[in-house]
Amino acid sequence: MDLRIKNVRKDFDLTPALHDVSLDIASGELVALVGPSGSGKTTLLRLIAGLEQPNAGTVYFGQDDASRLSVQDRQVGFVFQHYALFKHMTVLQNVGFGLTVRPRGKRPTAREINERARSLIELVQLAGFEDRYPSQLSGGQRQRVALARAMAIEPKVLLLDEPFGALDAQVRKDLRRWLRELHDVTGHTTVFVTHDQEEAMELADRVVVMSRGRIEQVGAPDAIYDTPASAFVHRFIGESVELPVYIEGGMIRLDGIAIPLSAADEPDGPAALVFRPYDVAIDEVDRATYPGIAATVVASRWHGRGRRLELAVGAGGHSMEIDLPPDVAPPVDSTLSVWPTRWTLYRPSGASLSHPTPAAAASMVSPIQQMAVAQ
Amino acid sequence: MATTHAAPAGWWFRRPSIIPGFGLTFGFAVTYLALIVLIPLSGLVIRSADLGLAEFWRLASDPRTIAALRVSFGTAFVAAAINVVFGVVVAWVLVRYRFPGRRLVDALVDLPFALPTAVAGIALASLYAPNGWIGAPAAALGLKIAFTPLGIVIALVFVGLPFVVRTVQPVMEEIDREVEEAAATLGASRLATLARVLLPGLAPAILTGFALALARGVGEYGSVIFIAGNIPYVSEIAPLLVVIRLEEFNTAAATAIGAMMLAIAFALLFLINLLQAWSRRRYGHG
Ligand SMILES: Nc1ncnc2c1ncn2[C@@H]1O[C@H](COP(=O)(O)OP(=O)(O)OP(=O)(O)O)[C@@H](O)[C@H]1O
Ligand SMILES: [Mg+2]
Repeated sequence: MDLRIKNVRKDFDLTPALHDVSLDIASGELVALVGPSGSGKTTLLRLIAGLEQPNAGTVYFGQDDASRLSVQDRQVGFVFQHYALFKHMTVLQNVGFGLTVRPRGKRPTAREINERARSLIELVQLAGFEDRYPSQLSGGQRQRVALARAMAIEPKVLLLDEPFGALDAQVRKDLRRWLRELHDVTGHTTVFVTHDQEEAMELADRVVVMSRGRIEQVGAPDAIYDTPASAFVHRFIGESVELPVYIEGGMIRLDGIAIPLSAADEPDGPAALVFRPYDVAIDEVDRATYPGIAATVVASRWHGRGRRLELAVGAGGHSMEIDLPPDVAPPVDSTLSVWPTRWTLYRPSGASLSHPTPAAAASMVSPIQQMAVAQ
Repeated sequence: MATTHAAPAGWWFRRPSIIPGFGLTFGFAVTYLALIVLIPLSGLVIRSADLGLAEFWRLASDPRTIAALRVSFGTAFVAAAINVVFGVVVAWVLVRYRFPGRRLVDALVDLPFALPTAVAGIALASLYAPNGWIGAPAAALGLKIAFTPLGIVIALVFVGLPFVVRTVQPVMEEIDREVEEAAATLGASRLATLARVLLPGLAPAILTGFALALARGVGEYGSVIFIAGNIPYVSEIAPLLVVIRLEEFNTAAATAIGAMMLAIAFALLFLINLLQAWSRRRYGHG
């Protein structure tokens, strides 16, 4: 079932946790919510589930206004970050719970409930653990019980709050792949929260980046990564290098020294120059011969597929880390000339300027970038 | 190179503990319990053993003794059961709702602990006497409270309430909100959540509260004797009968009643303990 969130606002004691959030989620989609701590991800999830009521705006389940539905009637499967299993029930009883509390007329027979629960337990690969209590399970197993329990009620929407948050890296990876496969099989509309952007990128059809109660950007993982709509998204998703620059007459200056990037037609003023660590070219010659950004190598680390350099930049004491292919190995303390090949300027006003323009590279262009291009 | 030390073969019950000082604290606990609890109680047992089985049985099966024991344990049981219901409700209100005067109510719960039991007894007796504030309207309705087992139950409910509230309250405070929310998203109504999720989780604490209230009720003296009327075979409690026998210099009968009370109380508490261990295991604590 598709899900529409329209202009939702949520305040906690006058401090807004969500401002005017709108989001459409198509039936069967797998959507990731990412953002820093306190950005409102859990709050948004809880609003969808009906565990919180919005101060303004509406959540629609298909065509229905969900505010008329109680939590019990919404049929959302909610998986809590700390699982919230029923300690005094076995795995089988936990999974079957949602069916056993159905009103008499709609309740399946005890045998049907048992069968449903067992088949779900098999689906989450916990066959043989039916009679254990939650305290006798590992974290990853509890997680899967929580998931099976949520799926038992045939949810219209599955909501997961940092489902793999408390697990170690290897288990996360396995569960992640497994959840993706499971989603492909069951086709539930799914929204999950994660702190781990890699998880979001790998798992989701679409990623929603949130910051301070607002949605910063919504898009396919590669679109978010390649054409971030704001400095925040650029910084938050993937690694980035950021240098504070000043624009003067179409020239970009770092600590007063012009660098060989053009910002023609940009109004004067401060800006942040942001690029990916690997979107750079370097020249090992003296900065007099090539006027890039002068930088001194502070440290050089080999990381398997290439080399990461830590550089000290300019007179302002800035530093940056860049990635180089394996065959280039400038020695420590040597001076390099560095220039980004793909970069974006973000202005304090919120406007931005990208090079090469994302319009040329991708069909999906955010309004902010179009504005910047038009300027 | 790291060496692994084989754990020294110890007593089986030492193994689970990783906390240091086990030997010391265990020794202390045993000695302390022996001094405070076991030695006085064994005195009672030894004294009653002196009586000889036949004599003991004659004294213990005296109809007045049996009646007093029945009154004591019966009223304590009923009062503890009532306290379980209302104690859980009081604890729930204190834990879950924020209302003006909550701290006051919270403090009020402890009052039966602090009040000298005789003071409580006199207050209750005058309140429930046929001409008292509550006793008079009740009498008008044909209900006699003071000088009946009902009066005893009321006194025991009064003194036992804090035991249930104070054992259940902290456990209730620890209940994870998300567990209730999970039940709601799975479609459980408030009532179903309460009955199927919350109360089972509280069962061990409720049982403890019940056991404490029951034990207190069986041993209660001061608050009961004023309201009970102490009519033999009707509202005479066993502890009072012990005092009466002592005043008659009938130590043998007093000892026999005491030993009976000890045996029954121990059996009851042991049973409750077993029940608790079972529910603990079942409801997965530790
Ligand atoms: N019940 C509440 N009462 C008051 N403030 C709240 C409540 N729940 C959340 N908030 C506030 O709302 C904001 C958003 O919280 P939310 O839990 O949605 O963040 P989040 O994105 O899930 O963060 P995290 O990644 O740390 O879980 C925070 O500033 C938080 O302090
Ligand atoms: Mg959260």
